Amino acid sequence: MDWGYFKELLMGGVVKGSIYALIALGYTMVYGIIELINFAHGEIYMIGAFTALIAAGVLTVAGFPAWSILILASAAAVVWSASYGYTVEKIAYRPLRGAPRLSPLISALGMSIFLQNYVLLAQTSNFMPFKNLFPEEGFLENISEVLSATEVIIIFTSAVVMILLSLFIKYSTTGKAMRATAQDRNMAMLVGVNVDKVISATFIIGSSLAAVGAVLIASNMGQINFFIGFIVGLKAFTAAVLGGIGSIPGAMLGGLVLGCTESFGTGYVSSDYEDVFAFTLLVLILIFRPAGLLGKSDIQKV
Amino acid sequence: MGEILKSLKAAIWFMFLTFPIMVIKVNPIEDTVVWRWMNMAYIGVGVFFLSFLWRFMLARRNQGKKAEESGKARMPIGQRIAEEPKIKYPAIALVGAFALTIPFWADMYNTNIMTNVLIYVMLGLGLNIVVGLAGLLDLGYVAFYAVGAYSYALLNHHFGANFWVVLPMAGFLGAAFGVALGFPVLRLRGDYLAIVTLGFGEIIRLVLENWNEFSMGPSGIANIDRPPFFGIKMDLFQKTDFMYYVVLALAILTIIAVTRLKNSRIGRAWIALREDEIACQAMGVDRTKTKLMAFALGATWASMAGVVFAAKSTFINPPSFSFWESVLILVIVVMGGMGSVVGVILGASIIVLLPEYFREFSEYRMILFGGAMVLMMVFRPTGIVTAMRQKYTIHK
Repeated sequence: MDWGYFKELLMGGVVKGSIYALIALGYTMVYGIIELINFAHGEIYMIGAFTALIAAGVLTVAGFPAWSILILASAAAVVWSASYGYTVEKIAYRPLRGAPRLSPLISALGMSIFLQNYVLLAQTSNFMPFKNLFPEEGFLENISEVLSATEVIIIFTSAVVMILLSLFIKYSTTGKAMRATAQDRNMAMLVGVNVDKVISATFIIGSSLAAVGAVLIASNMGQINFFIGFIVGLKAFTAAVLGGIGSIPGAMLGGLVLGCTESFGTGYVSSDYEDVFAFTLLVLILIFRPAGLLGKSDIQKV
Repeated sequence: MGEILKSLKAAIWFMFLTFPIMVIKVNPIEDTVVWRWMNMAYIGVGVFFLSFLWRFMLARRNQGKKAEESGKARMPIGQRIAEEPKIKYPAIALVGAFALTIPFWADMYNTNIMTNVLIYVMLGLGLNIVVGLAGLLDLGYVAFYAVGAYSYALLNHHFGANFWVVLPMAGFLGAAFGVALGFPVLRLRGDYLAIVTLGFGEIIRLVLENWNEFSMGPSGIANIDRPPFFGIKMDLFQKTDFMYYVVLALAILTIIAVTRLKNSRIGRAWIALREDEIACQAMGVDRTKTKLMAFALGATWASMAGVVFAAKSTFINPPSFSFWESVLILVIVVMGGMGSVVGVILGASIIVLLPEYFREFSEYRMILFGGAMVLMMVFRPTGIVTAMRQKYTIHK
């Protein structure tokens, strides 16, 4: 065992895992509240990446300085991703409240296909080079032996975002309303929670987190195309299930576990089967611990 | 006035929403930006009118629901026609005669396309058991299709195995795969099945692409034998026609099997499970066993269709078994009508023939299918042809 190689893989896993965690949060929050696998969530993430790319492109041509491009492009990504999340919920999921469970699932899948092809037709089917939005800074040089500056920013940003989210869910009124709706929708309605608004808020927050993840990962990977949302969405969902769907700390833990599993799998076994590790892990967790690492096993009510 | 305001709001919202993706196009290498303001105008006008339609349709749907609840709903026209024996039997005869005579008057190209339609009818009906009857969302259906195709291709390549021998074998193999995958997952909540099957489909494709010694990797397997017919020698045209009849026979077999299954005890158990799991268990239906049976039967049909596909195209490679193929089959079932045999046949014909005869349409194929899936679920979740439940009338 080479210690340096191990450390490299571990760090790679943590970086990947923090991104998965950010996107997994969107899945887990939506599932916690309306029990729907939001297949379109991966596409929201993809649209966030495209919006950031477009905004950065326009601002670069207009001659803005690097730091302001980073901030404005990220803000654009968050705003538009959140708007898409909100609109998708209104069109594809809200009319299906109370329908059999299969209907919203198929609707979500249709939405995902629709959004993918919308970007494909309106933009391009090719890979677009994504310029690293983070300016190289001197103060990050000393740790760049194992981690690049971008990777440090990824870990740091996702940690901060997740802490803020946890505090928001725990203390704010909207957060409390969300938890109440997740526990029992009818009861929440009875005590005066506007459930429609809470669901919209959930989609907006989840989509914003996906946009943050998109800006971070696209800066790190260096290229994007219309299809990136699919596989990342699938992995993020795996992370959410791994940690226990509906549980917010679970999504974070699940993301990290999944990221490390993939990183070690590709590092020590074979890089051809990167996606196979994730799915194998998913199947194993569903067989042996269907409630996930931090989830509570659900009791079916009649 | 209020309606116009609502539409105006929707139009402005969508113009904002689609602004970055539809209007701006950047070239990050040359740092140039193209502005396409016309797109914004199209979106605005389009959404303004569609928004009226959307609200009108929603209102109509909700009215229909109310009528259904008060028991005043009328039987849809399509259903009334389908139940009328005077129309039903001549229609079957007509479609049957059309299907039987195709190779006599169509050229090879069109016969091939019709063979394709029939393969998709088989696949659609197989998936219809899983999705339509049992209500289990299987997004990796194409994996079983691949299992069948590859088992025939490999057995034929290495041992020269005969089509007619492999066909039932592949059916059993598909069922075995279905049971192996379904057993651990079907005990869980329904939605997990969607993700696990999706993952399984991807795993199968990745393995086929990367495990060169086993599946010959991305280059695929060529020169697969077409089905033999008592050793009679045939030229390419006759082979195509014969292939068509083989697939037609299998499709008819599938139609009969699925129709019979639907009205059997197990079929009614599937429908009951789909409607209410807990009530169904209380009536003494074994949930896991019944679901597993649906899953395995669906897999059997996919696997047999895979054998047919390999024999028909004589060449297979992993890209034929991508996730989009699963989606296509699902669209057939959803559009046609979940649980309805006629609907699936209609759906398969539409979805295979439209892109084939309208080439310019093929670019927009997936976006239309995606949109159609959403609209179908919102406005007409039962599909084009509503599945009929068997009814019993008591004559006094």
